[in-house]
Amino acid sequence: MSTGGYRLGIDVGGTNTDAALLDEDLRVVGSVKTPTTADTGEGVERAIDLLLERTGCPPEAIAHAMLGTTHCTNAIVQRRGLGRVGVIRLGAPATTSVPPLEGWPGELRTAVEGGSAMLPGGHEIDGRPITEFDPAALARTCERLRGEVDAVAITGVFSPVVPEQERQAARIAAELLGVPVSVSAEIGAVGLLERENATILNAALRSTLDSMSRGFSRALQARGVTAQIWFGQNDGTLMSLDYARRFPVLTIGCGPTNSIRGAAHLSRMTDGLVMDIGGTTTDIGVLTGGFPRQSAQAVDIGGIRTNFRMPDVLATGLGGGSVVHGSGRDLQVGPGSVGYRITSAALAFGGETLTATDVALASGWAQIPGTRPVTLDAATLEAARERIRAGLEDAVDRMKPDAAPIDVVLVGGGALIAPPELDGVARLVRPEHAGAANAIGAALGDIAGQAEQTFQLTETPHREAVARAGAVATERAVAAGARPGTVRIAAIEEVPLAYSAGGAVTIRARAVGSL
Amino acid sequence: MSGLQRIGTADIEPIALGATLLGTGGGGDPHVGALTARRLIRERGEVPVRPAESLTAEDFVVPIGMIGAPSVANESIASLDEFTGVLDALREATGRVPTALMPIEIGGGNSLVPIAAAAAAGLPVVDADAMGRAFPEAQMVTFHLAGYGPGTAAMVDHLGNRVVLDAVSGPWSERLARAVTVEMGGTATMCDYAYPGDVTRECAIPGTLSLAHSLGKALTDNDVRGGERLQGLLRRLDGHLLFEGKIVHLDRRFSAGFTRGEAQLEGLGDHRGQELTIRFQNEFLIAHRDGALAAVTPDLIAVLDQVTSAPVTTENLAYGARVHVIAMPCDERWRTPRGIAEAGPAHFGYQEEYRPVEELAGTAAMSTRQEAR
Repeated sequence: MSTGGYRLGIDVGGTNTDAALLDEDLRVVGSVKTPTTADTGEGVERAIDLLLERTGCPPEAIAHAMLGTTHCTNAIVQRRGLGRVGVIRLGAPATTSVPPLEGWPGELRTAVEGGSAMLPGGHEIDGRPITEFDPAALARTCERLRGEVDAVAITGVFSPVVPEQERQAARIAAELLGVPVSVSAEIGAVGLLERENATILNAALRSTLDSMSRGFSRALQARGVTAQIWFGQNDGTLMSLDYARRFPVLTIGCGPTNSIRGAAHLSRMTDGLVMDIGGTTTDIGVLTGGFPRQSAQAVDIGGIRTNFRMPDVLATGLGGGSVVHGSGRDLQVGPGSVGYRITSAALAFGGETLTATDVALASGWAQIPGTRPVTLDAATLEAARERIRAGLEDAVDRMKPDAAPIDVVLVGGGALIAPPELDGVARLVRPEHAGAANAIGAALGDIAGQAEQTFQLTETPHREAVARAGAVATERAVAAGARPGTVRIAAIEEVPLAYSAGGAVTIRARAVGSL
Repeated sequence: MSGLQRIGTADIEPIALGATLLGTGGGGDPHVGALTARRLIRERGEVPVRPAESLTAEDFVVPIGMIGAPSVANESIASLDEFTGVLDALREATGRVPTALMPIEIGGGNSLVPIAAAAAAGLPVVDADAMGRAFPEAQMVTFHLAGYGPGTAAMVDHLGNRVVLDAVSGPWSERLARAVTVEMGGTATMCDYAYPGDVTRECAIPGTLSLAHSLGKALTDNDVRGGERLQGLLRRLDGHLLFEGKIVHLDRRFSAGFTRGEAQLEGLGDHRGQELTIRFQNEFLIAHRDGALAAVTPDLIAVLDQVTSAPVTTENLAYGARVHVIAMPCDERWRTPRGIAEAGPAHFGYQEEYRPVEELAGTAAMSTRQEAR
């Protein structure tokens, strides 16, 4: 499997930036943790420096650098550094009861909207055109948008069934405006508004990702790292720099995915639960076949409905820094937390606050070298211990798929607060390097391509429909950077459309290949 | 309690949420309808609400809604002219001018279409509907139970194609409209059961828009604790808590245009040690607790998130979800022999006899008390 050289994985989270170095056999050589900085780039540079220093790895030995980052999410949530988007919808007069950007939060709409138009075009579910596509009308719209937009988002009705028209429109817009164009069939599935929203966000994030990736490249070059750059996406796989520049919106939500993938790698488990205990919260995800289980719900990003599927993660307000307050029956652990101040605020570190970590140390569940012994009265200790246990057991119970005991991998900086055994858990696995599971997950790097296409089974036989969706997914995996010979179809999922005559079916194909 | 007087943009979300609860797991996602209604109210003004009791023979009340596949309607969204177009078609065919619009189905997305259309046409909306919940077929309406046919019905698609139907019965109207809908691209806007106000007053279930609104308000009120919220909902609905539990088995299939299947729940809290099974066909239709019938259609069965009480649709059921299952009485007219024949257990292929939810709840309470003794 030698691809030669080391892999550098970096995960930029809300609190910490983690980095990990893996050798070519994916063994962890070392990992570091630094605080995330307001300008995420600084924190990334510090993490790289620290990791190179600690591992003594020569910069030129690193062949691949993988970045999983909240940068795009932050840009949307803070309405910062977003491009202005020309929004074009094809399908009028259909869909005109809800114009583009309807229902968007006002500030985000102001930041993103550079003009919009609903033009003729689009298709019915059976592939018939709704109205004739009108290139001249599109050209007039482009005239109006000239100079007003940094990118264009094009969405055609039922383009996941008939994608060609969007591409034709994209060629025209790109030629007339000279800005990047995102088309919806490459970004989302049936569900016009959700797909259009995701496409607009993608277009708005293109400049965001460009400047961020330039910063990352420069930071690597300045340290003599000549590695190929990869970005993590929300399904636990990687995309090449070129691909990420075209689909920046796919980087959103990669954090929890990275930690679940990293936990799977460290524990060699493919099915079970991953409990990522941080300073303030515990995130529990479900591992199926080595990948995170996806949520069935539509996802809101910054107040906008999209049809992205994120990992199904339950967050609960219990972490290493959770504050113990009250007494007796009213005793609570969390949701308040000392967070990153734990190393000064917790009793064991000489502070004055009783935290979940202190409870774990006093119970003998864990030791931290250099901390002072914590003594608690037996009743408080017992009550706090039971609250922590009950909180974690409850979260496990909510996420596991059935009543049978399940294997759980514990990762994250706060993992030591978990008791040695939990009800409902078969094995509680505590792998080495668990604190940096997210950065390790970022470095693991399979490359995936996904296709979600709707077919009329009266026109396309079932077998051919599956083959075509698979071929598109494979094509996309290769475009994202997978080595052609290594790509295989990892999953095929089918969703028939309710009530439709003749049997329309949406086929989701997922192909995965190696770097 | 006085009903809703006017509908402004801020009322749309509560109505959508309440309508999802009354959709008993189905009825379609009200998201697109909510965006449309909010936009049209913002542009054209608030929609006045008329109580059903205020209708007279001088009124011509037009129920309006979407027909077709919800998944298609979420892609091929209605044109702006569709609402006024279908009203024009009906006016031209009948020679009567609509004086008010009404939801045909309060459950799910069709609760909001008449509000959007009323804003577009400058008409009031009637605080009533013809189901009191959501049902899958167009003739499952209280007009049909009272012996009224669909009357002259009109359909319009996003291109402006108009079809006027004069069907001999509700089931024929349903059959013909489905066929037209397929040709129209899988979704259309439709008016049927349009009647003079005295007929509508006789047939419609009054107060259901206000009910949806007040349920939605209760669901979004952040000052209430979880348990009190559930109790508040049950009081408003004359409802019964059937079960508190966790979904431990889920069998869901998409077949012949329906989301069918069943969910098995393991009890929590007061229901620890018990189990509940709910079967669904787009809507939740029948629930058994420890093998005994607990509630059955046409009574309403809803699944609510254990913490937020937010309604959970059949499409969003998930393993491990912790929920409350509640049931509430349907309108009395669904409990007549004709109502039970049209929308009772046998119509959906279940062998159980219909029994009112309050009677089933009473029996269960009595047997629990006897056991306790």
